[in-house]
Amino acid sequence: MGEPSREALLDEEMELVHPRTFLGKYIWSQDAKVIAIQYALTATAIGLVALVLSILIRLQLGFPGTFSLIDPSSYLQYVTMHGMIMVVYLLTAFLLGAFGNYLIPLMIGARDMAFPFLNMLSYWFYLASVLILVAGFFVPGGPTGGGWTLYPPQVISAGTPGAEGGIVLMLVSLIVFIAGFTMGGLNYVVTVLQARTRGMTLMRLPLTVWGIFMATVLALLAFPALLVAVLMLLSDLLLGSSFFMPAMLNLGEPSSHEGGSPLLYQHLFWFFGHPEVYIVALPAFGIVSDILACHARKNIFGYRMMVWALILIGVLSFVVWAHHMFVSGMSPYFGFLFATTTLIIAVPTAIKVYNWVLTLWRGNIRLTVPMLFAIGFLFTFVNGGLSGLFLGNVTVDVPLSDTYFVVGHFHMVMAVAPVLVIFAGLYHWYPKVTGRMFHQGLAKWHFWLTFLGTYVVYFPMHFMGFAGVPRRYYAYGESSFIPDSVITLNMVITLAALVVAAAQLLFLINMAWSLRRGERADPNPWGATTLEWQTPHTPPRHGNFGERLPVVYRWAYDYSVPGAPRDFLPQNQPPQAQGEEAPR
Amino acid sequence: MIPSLALISLMMLLLGAWLFRHTWGARPWEVQATGQLPSRQAPPEATPARVGLGVILAMVTSLFALTVSAYLMRLGMAGETPSLRLPGVLWANTLLLMTASVAWQCAWGAARCGQPGRLRRSLAWAGGLSLTFLAGQGLAWWQLTAGGITLQASPVGAYFYLLTLLHALHLLGGLVAWWRAWRRLGRGGDIASGVELAALYWHFLLLVWGVLFMLLLMT
Ligand code: HEM
Ligand SMILES: [Cu+2]
Repeated sequence: MGEPSREALLDEEMELVHPRTFLGKYIWSQDAKVIAIQYALTATAIGLVALVLSILIRLQLGFPGTFSLIDPSSYLQYVTMHGMIMVVYLLTAFLLGAFGNYLIPLMIGARDMAFPFLNMLSYWFYLASVLILVAGFFVPGGPTGGGWTLYPPQVISAGTPGAEGGIVLMLVSLIVFIAGFTMGGLNYVVTVLQARTRGMTLMRLPLTVWGIFMATVLALLAFPALLVAVLMLLSDLLLGSSFFMPAMLNLGEPSSHEGGSPLLYQHLFWFFGHPEVYIVALPAFGIVSDILACHARKNIFGYRMMVWALILIGVLSFVVWAHHMFVSGMSPYFGFLFATTTLIIAVPTAIKVYNWVLTLWRGNIRLTVPMLFAIGFLFTFVNGGLSGLFLGNVTVDVPLSDTYFVVGHFHMVMAVAPVLVIFAGLYHWYPKVTGRMFHQGLAKWHFWLTFLGTYVVYFPMHFMGFAGVPRRYYAYGESSFIPDSVITLNMVITLAALVVAAAQLLFLINMAWSLRRGERADPNPWGATTLEWQTPHTPPRHGNFGERLPVVYRWAYDYSVPGAPRDFLPQNQPPQAQGEEAPR
Repeated sequence: MIPSLALISLMMLLLGAWLFRHTWGARPWEVQATGQLPSRQAPPEATPARVGLGVILAMVTSLFALTVSAYLMRLGMAGETPSLRLPGVLWANTLLLMTASVAWQCAWGAARCGQPGRLRRSLAWAGGLSLTFLAGQGLAWWQLTAGGITLQASPVGAYFYLLTLLHALHLLGGLVAWWRAWRRLGRGGDIASGVELAALYWHFLLLVWGVLFMLLLMT
């Protein structure tokens, strides 16, 4: 990796590797756009695996005992793998690896990432981590079934599914993932700081770039916590140390460990775990901001406030982790402290929500497919954020902890909401990435089935939580506290989940079909202002901007400017002679 | 978790302050004035490689801070009271790492003033001393294990192995860069910017070792 100088990054001389062969162009590519697509395809593939797992989980819950394939061990394995894959290998990889790689260089007016070789390596590490993870399904004993939080002593004790081998693969896969992410993250941060084109000041960056940037900063500081936790767990398992393992009886046998602290693991895990939820949320915030502004033909309300809210959320997300541990026996003063910080973080989050709504207010709203998904995100995110406020209060959380209320909360806020944004982003940028338009009708069906379907799935879970239904149970048997209505509800939820899963086929079919058969897309079909829509070629070629890099004269939100010839002014459009720029 | 929180907050504050300085008072909605060409961004000294090193150091800081936090939390919990008699060789190792840092500093100076002979010598010393440091750490491990404080037997002692291992792995990573620079120098390539980064990385690892060593001494 030669070190590119700043000048080279900015100007035309940046040496790009111009591969000639198919392999060099599409497989060992160092072009951020190709890497982004590789990330997207891999994440989609592993995401589909996790989707199938979730269907298996739902089949068991809706129709207990009907499917002999699913026994208690495999049920726990499905739950564990589903959670971990979705959070780390799908959401994190998709939002940062795919959107980050595609959009950062294009949006800031750069030819490529700062360190293209590292960028390529980052993808190959990611792929390796996915393969190692999947290998867990094929080793004796299968993948780990200790829950996605991988709490010791459970997860590495004999008797837990996957404690023979699956858990080792899971831990190794996480280490590889973190190594790969570090290389990618280094690229995103340095590229945003160093490679912005002339005129692209920090305060002219589109919010998408801000969101991805802050999320990457969080990830670089938070992933080390997971890394040490995983290393210590691995050492307890393989080398017999006792970082986390206390002395205990396991299946009647005294274990060989002594003196470790399981609580310590929880602290480390959630020190990573809570920032992780914002690692997923912040890029989603950014993408939604840009999509809302573009499809409402209005400037984003309170741009500076939006930027500072992102930064503030990033900082605060490091001081709330213990709200995941309210029932771990901590001191009540500690609980009070973390309840307070948890409620404080809701303030900048609420500011963002208000600003999104105010952006829509009196906008010239076009209900395009990306816009539908973005608005769907607003509803879902507010819903999940509100249940988060419930859980942030210790006294409310204690009875709700480990019930379906928590499952409802985090699926609303961290599963459905970001996934809706991923769809919004995919539909929004599909014409640029492929040069074709997707099929509108299919996409609208996809939206409505997904949006309404997920509400049928997750909304009732809150009530099940109030009724005290615990999470992570294979079957509830004849438990007297589980009312019959819950059994019926579980059946309904399962049927809705099947519909939602089937609706994702519409999406896949649409993407594949439109690739060849879709209408040729306009270079800028939505009339957007950001630089990626102003490239000389669609899809953008290697090097992104042809002969000369664009020069930026304005922010990304010049929509419906009074007196302007069109209802948007691209960022690289020079100021006109007098007249157009009436003071606003 | 207090040390980690303090360090991470400090890093976030630095970033925040920097962002604040560069964004405060900006009026993003205003168009560039007519006839005025937009300017460049960061100062020319901030090369991508330098900024990249800064990012890596921030991440490594977080890693060590968290591991140290875990150690302190473990100490704060009841149970075995630590009685770690550190092997004396660690003092010698500390000295070795310090001289390695000095050697890197010399190499950096030599690279700046274009003195190939001195650069070569300093580089050789820097690598050799670092390798000796690693061997010395291995010796410390061996002595400790021989004294009965094994990874399995002592929950507190286990942290000694963890902390030193993490530090040694980072040094090994640095040595890979050293090896590449050495070979490049042999082929007559220019390594000035690389030497600067490596020197800074070594100083950082020396600092980390200093903190770890003091911590282990005090407990
Ligand atoms: C206003 C904001 C939020 C508050 C006050 C909040 C509060 C909480 C609390 C207190 C819990 C612990 C519940 C328990 O285990 O008893 C929790 C769980 C969770 N939250 Fe949030 N949350 C908020 C936003 C978010 C966001 C934005 C995400 C993701 C993007 C998220 C993802 C999660 C996840 C994944 C869990 C469950 C982890 C598990 O136990 O497996 N939350 N939340
Ligand atoms: Cu949290």
